[in-house]
Amino acid sequence: MKKSLGLWIGLLCLCCLTSSATALSAETPFTFGLLLVGPYNDRGYSQAHYDGGKYAEKMIPGVKMIYIDKVNPADRPGVTIPQLVDDMVEKGAKLVIANSDDMKDGIREAALLHPKIHFLHISGDDVLTRKAPKNLSNLFGKMEYGKMMAGFAAAMTSKTGKIGYLGPLINEETRRLSVSCYLGAKYAWETVLKRKPEDLKFQVTWIGFWFNIPGVTADPTQVVQNFFNTGHDVVVSGIDTTEAIVVARQKRQEGKEVWALPYDYIGACEGASEACLGIPYFNWGPGYVQRIKSSLAGNWKSEWIWLEPDWKNLNNPDTTTVGFQSGPALSPAAKQSLDGFIADIGSGKLNLFKGPLNYQDGATYLKSGEIATDQQIWYMKQLLEGMTGQSSTK
Amino acid sequence: MNIISLTHKRLLTAVVDWSITLICIGAFTTLILLATGAPPVSTYYHIFMGAFGSWVKFGHSVKAWIPLTLCACGLLYTFKIGLWNIGIEGQMIMGAVFATGILKWGVGSENEILFLWLSFPAGLVGGALWAVVSGFLKTKCGVNEIFAGLGLNFMAQGLILWLIFGHWKQPGIASMSGTETFPQTLWLPQAFAVNVPPTGIMLTILALCITAYILRFTRIGLNLTAIGNNATASVLFGLHPDRYMLLAMSLAGGLSGLAGCIQVVAVYHRLIPSISSGYGYLALLVVMLAGFRAGMTAIISLFFACLNVGSIQLPMVLQLDSSLSGVIQGAMVLVTLGVHAWRKRRAAS
Repeated sequence: MKKSLGLWIGLLCLCCLTSSATALSAETPFTFGLLLVGPYNDRGYSQAHYDGGKYAEKMIPGVKMIYIDKVNPADRPGVTIPQLVDDMVEKGAKLVIANSDDMKDGIREAALLHPKIHFLHISGDDVLTRKAPKNLSNLFGKMEYGKMMAGFAAAMTSKTGKIGYLGPLINEETRRLSVSCYLGAKYAWETVLKRKPEDLKFQVTWIGFWFNIPGVTADPTQVVQNFFNTGHDVVVSGIDTTEAIVVARQKRQEGKEVWALPYDYIGACEGASEACLGIPYFNWGPGYVQRIKSSLAGNWKSEWIWLEPDWKNLNNPDTTTVGFQSGPALSPAAKQSLDGFIADIGSGKLNLFKGPLNYQDGATYLKSGEIATDQQIWYMKQLLEGMTGQSSTK
Repeated sequence: MNIISLTHKRLLTAVVDWSITLICIGAFTTLILLATGAPPVSTYYHIFMGAFGSWVKFGHSVKAWIPLTLCACGLLYTFKIGLWNIGIEGQMIMGAVFATGILKWGVGSENEILFLWLSFPAGLVGGALWAVVSGFLKTKCGVNEIFAGLGLNFMAQGLILWLIFGHWKQPGIASMSGTETFPQTLWLPQAFAVNVPPTGIMLTILALCITAYILRFTRIGLNLTAIGNNATASVLFGLHPDRYMLLAMSLAGGLSGLAGCIQVVAVYHRLIPSISSGYGYLALLVVMLAGFRAGMTAIISLFFACLNVGSIQLPMVLQLDSSLSGVIQGAMVLVTLGVHAWRKRRAAS
C-alpha cells in the first residue's frame, strides 16, 4: 500500500516538475475576482456581468479580472463561495464581485473571513439590513425602469391582451421587477391604448430558480410553450437565460404570431430578431469601474448602491447601468409611443409607482397620490392587484 | 526464506499491477485531454496545485474528503455482503434532512450547541432508516436493492425539494436555492486558518478504524463476508442473511446520513437541493477502485476529493470546462477496472 501511495505522489510530483511555467503570470497592480452564477456566455445575466468585467479591464489600466462561472451547487457540487473566494484571494484578488442573489450568505461569510479584501455583492441588501461587514458593499441597477419599458412594449403589441411573465424564483427583487413590468403594461393598455382594464391579463409563472436546473426547477421552455399555447402572445422573460425568445422564434416559424422580450444581456435577441420586441438589459461596466476605482483609491465604504439609467442616453455603454434596446419586431408606432413613455419617465413627469395601488390580496400598497420610496419599491411584499400568479408559496 | 520470497513476489505483483494501472490511466487521460484540446501538463499541474497548493486549499480537499470517506466507509459493509447500495445518495439526503430538522428546532434556543450535537445522531438515524426501507424491500419483498435504492433516491430528492419550496422555505421567498442559512452558532466549529472541522475529521477516522476492525477481526465481518460469498450456503451454517443484510444496510445508511449531516453543519450551513454533492455515487467508485479495503478507501477518497477541489482551477486558470474533471474521474475508473479485469483473466488462464 505504501508503495502505491508513493507512486501516486511520485506521479503528481512529476507532473508538477515537468510543467511549464504557465501559472506564473506577470504581476499586475490590481486583480479583481468575479463569481458568476451561470455560464459566462449564457447570453443573459452572467454574460452581462462578464462583459462588465471585461469593460473594467479595458477602462482602468493595470486591472486584471479572474473569474469563475457556473457558481451554483447544481453545476459545481461540493464547491462553496468561501472556498472560491479563498482561491481568488490567493491569486491576488483585492476585490471580489459576487453576481447573484444566491451568493448572499456565502459572500458575507467570505467577507468576514477576509477583512482586508473588498467585496461587492450584486443585488443584495446586506448593507441595508446591517448584516454586512465593513468591507462588503451592495450594487444593483434600477431595472424597474427597464421592466416598465418591456411591459409597455408588450402591451402595445399584444393582440390578445394576455401577457406572460416568465419568473425565476420568488423574492423581493423578482416581485419588484414583475410588478414594474405590469405597471408599464397597464399604463400602455389603459392610458395610451385606452382599452378596458379588465381585458389585460398579466400572468406570472415562476420556475423556482434563476435558470433551468433539470429535475429541480420547472422547465422554462415548457412554461413559455404553455404561455403561447394558452393564448398569451407576448412573453416577458425575468430569468437569466434566453428560453423565452428561443421558443417565441420557434412558434413564429410554426406560423404563430407571438413575441418575446428577453432580459439581462444586450445581445440576447441575436438570431431571433423577428420575435424580439426589445431587451431591458444591464450594463455593469460603469458600476464596476466606479467600485474598482474606489477600491484602488482606498476610499471604499460599505454602501448600498442602486444605480439609475442614464436618461439622456439609455444605451450609452459608458454611463448607463440599465438600458433598453428596442427590438426589430416592435412596430414603428409602438416604438414612437415607447420613446415618449421613456422621455416622460426620465423627466419625472410620469411615475408609475404612484398610488392608488393595491397588493394582490387587496391590502393597500400606496394610498391615492402617494409616491413609493426606494425602500417601498425595493422591498416589494406581494404582486399587485390585477396580476395573476403567486406572490409567495402557499 | 520461502516466506520472504513469497512476500517479495506478492509485493512485486502489487507494484507491477499498480504501475500498469497508473501508466494506463496516465496515457488514457492524456489522450482524452489532447482530444478535448486541453494542455495535459498544465491541466495536471493546476489540478495538483489547486488541491495541494496551500494549506487552505488542502483544507478544502479534506473538507470534501470527510463526507466522501464516510459514504465509502458505509459502502464497505454493503459490498462485503454482496449488496449494491445505489440508494446511498438518498440515504445521505435523508441524513441531511433529519439533521436540518433538528437544527431548525434549535434555532434561537438557549442551548444551541446541544442541538448541533443532536444533529449528528439525527443524521445517522435518518440515513439508516432510509437504508432499512431499501433493505426490507430486498429481504421481505424480493425487490433488487439497486432498483429500490434508485427509487428511494428519487423520493428523497422529491422530499428535499418539497421541503425547500414548501415547509422550510425562507420567509417571503420561494426559491430552489435552499433553506435559510443557520446562525453561526449552529455551524460546526472549524480549525482556524484552514477552515476544516476537526470533529468531522475525527468522526471520519473513527468510522474508518471501526469499520476496518469490524470487517477484519469480528464475527460480524466474517459472517458478512460468508454471506456475500454464498448466501445459500451461509444458511447451512446457521446464519440469517436477511438480518445481516439489514444490519449492513443500516450501517451504510447511518454513515452516509452522517455525511449528509456534515454537509449541512460544516459545508453549506443550510439545506440545498443538491446537498449530497454526488458524493454517494462517487463513493461507489471509490470503494470499487480501493478493492473494498478500508485503508485504501481513505487514500482513494482523498485522491478524488483533491481532484474535485483541484479541478476548479481548470475554468479559473485555463478557461477549460471543469466538467473535464468528471471525464478524468470516469476515465480513471474505467481504466482501473479494465486493467484489473485483464490481469484477472490473465491470471486465470
